[in-house]
Amino acid sequence: MEISTALLLNAIIAGLLLGGFYAAMSVGISISFGMLDVVNIAHPAFIILGSYIAYIVNDRFGVDPIVVSVAVSPLFFLLGMALYRIYYVCFERRGQESLRGLAFFFGILFITEVALVLIFGVDYRMVSTRYGDVTWRAGAVDFPMRLVVPFLVSMTMVIGVQLFLTRTFFGRAVLAVAQDQLALRLMGVDPVRVKELAFALSIATAGVAGAFLIVIQPVQPAIGREFIGLVFAVCVLGGMGSILGTLLGAFVLGLAESFTSTFFGPSWAPAVSFGLLLATLAFRPSGLLGR
Amino acid sequence: MLGNGVVGISRRVLGALVIGFALSGTALAQQPLKIGFGMSLTGPLAGNGKAALISMQIWAEDVNAKGGLLGRKVELVYYDDQTNPATVPSLYSKLLDVDKVDLVVSGYGTAVIAPAMPLMMQRNMAFMGLFGLNVNSKFKYDRYFQIMPAGPDPAVDWTRGYFEAAMALNPKPGTVALVGADAEYPHLALEGARVHVKRLGLKVVYDKTYPPNTVDYSPIVRAIQATNPDLVYLASYPPDSAGMVRAANEVGLKTRMFGGGLVGPQFAALKTQLGPLLNGVINYEAYAPDINRKFPFLDQFLAKYQGRAVKEGVDPLGFYLPPYAYAMMQVLEQAIKATGGIDQAKLADYMHANEFDTYVGKVRFAKNGEWSVPRMLTVQYHGIGGNDLEQWMKPGHVTVLYPNEYKTGAVKAPYHENKK
Repeated sequence: MEISTALLLNAIIAGLLLGGFYAAMSVGISISFGMLDVVNIAHPAFIILGSYIAYIVNDRFGVDPIVVSVAVSPLFFLLGMALYRIYYVCFERRGQESLRGLAFFFGILFITEVALVLIFGVDYRMVSTRYGDVTWRAGAVDFPMRLVVPFLVSMTMVIGVQLFLTRTFFGRAVLAVAQDQLALRLMGVDPVRVKELAFALSIATAGVAGAFLIVIQPVQPAIGREFIGLVFAVCVLGGMGSILGTLLGAFVLGLAESFTSTFFGPSWAPAVSFGLLLATLAFRPSGLLGR
Repeated sequence: MLGNGVVGISRRVLGALVIGFALSGTALAQQPLKIGFGMSLTGPLAGNGKAALISMQIWAEDVNAKGGLLGRKVELVYYDDQTNPATVPSLYSKLLDVDKVDLVVSGYGTAVIAPAMPLMMQRNMAFMGLFGLNVNSKFKYDRYFQIMPAGPDPAVDWTRGYFEAAMALNPKPGTVALVGADAEYPHLALEGARVHVKRLGLKVVYDKTYPPNTVDYSPIVRAIQATNPDLVYLASYPPDSAGMVRAANEVGLKTRMFGGGLVGPQFAALKTQLGPLLNGVINYEAYAPDINRKFPFLDQFLAKYQGRAVKEGVDPLGFYLPPYAYAMMQVLEQAIKATGGIDQAKLADYMHANEFDTYVGKVRFAKNGEWSVPRMLTVQYHGIGGNDLEQWMKPGHVTVLYPNEYKTGAVKAPYHENKK
């Protein structure tokens, strides 16, 4: 295939836009898994829950799904608090979080899926937005608004989370929890409370990412499972607990997928992405920006 | 004394046994006739699977209202295969060994029919397939039957309409791009497409597959566009059908024909969600309102199905899979009635030798269990103005291109001109 400048530029733009979406899906995992050591395998289920809430409000009232997701993010935050409290009382406090905690989140994943099937049925759902079918063209380069709008909001969210974690007292407490819980406790801070709020933040980001997903593609209740590997891969590639690393990892995987699809054949995309992950871990076990 | 006592006990035992056998015989006669299957009730094909299940349930209710089969009520025993081929073998083992079903039929789609085949062959079961493409080409099982009207050479017949329509273009096309998902059905469809490509002397400029969980399809469409093909043949499942159609619109794909084997736009959900984005797309359909006079038998089914489907929240149109799911059960019903039992060999022999009168018309099976004559329609969508469902219920938005006896018009090419 002849590699034209237009094709190359479009591959870069498509990769960055896709990476922005992957970052939104993975930033919550970076908090819960990377910083709090909570293997929340149900994270994609909350993304799908976010998709369905955005869908139902969009379908009934015509409100933009991303606006809906931002508006209901406090509810996701409360849901995350409740979920962490159950997890802490039932597993973490008893030191049984490793295997039983994992089973707990698997259970949450399946319960969420089945609940969505019972409420909404099994058909694919999509939303209608003003920008969904609009593509802005700059010369030979395409900017599909279906991807651009989620990308912009995702960047705002991820950078916001990064600033929150690095510039506020609470954010620093979360980073401290990730490093040394005992030291935090000695300073009079309750690490459980800090983890509860940080976990809640991770679930809130999942709700917003759900709206991005349903803007980008149709959604059905079980589709979240397809993203479990991806969100953990982005988190590990970027470096455990590093939000900027997650962003970088998401861009690397997005660009790898876009370039492979464009120039070599899309069926190689997962192999190239996970090959990159393995190669990175071989030379830099802590990930791209991990400590 | 002893002898009399033994005789007396024996008589009592004998009497009890006779009564017991009589009762058990009555109980057996009252036992339901169990028909087992897996069905995709969750996962990517669940929307289609649930619509098929409702049709099969309507059939069971209809049969039971008339007194059942062989004097026994019909009971459907089914499990969710989660659209996951890995669940299928164990699911059918359970149906046969634990649930002790009398008959089995398949779930929906090639991906879940193929993994059931080895077990069906091992147990010598007559096996009705629901929309599997070319499943029997490798197994060559003489008790396999398939209700989708793909024709006796399914892979090749499946894609024939697309390429026949393409070769009617003036000037004739010279190059083709072949693309599909990494899954059972798209692979088989693309295999058939390659046969036509070779037969017609077309030059393949792109021939690749993509992972089914791809999020952004625009790099694929751009890569195809870079090869500048006259034709783009796509074989896809619902999520990627939507993704590829959207990407083709976003990228502004310029080609003479696009589509061919998209699963999904046959159902109301994708028809309404994609709406005008489908303009110009070539696809296959089992029915179009534009030729309703040629499908008089379908009205009886739709009258039963459509109201129920709305209540159950599944495909409210019912033009594609649901009538065939009902017809699959009608074939089984008529074979059971004619042979007077559930002997698998007799059922298979009868199904090979006879024609069946169903809600999808007259059905006769070829030697390999496929329809003896293909009847899947190749169509082009056009003039779709919004996302409402009503427009799809009326004639005027689907041109039938093939087979010739159903043809209502010619291809409107190039593809991108249909967007204006």
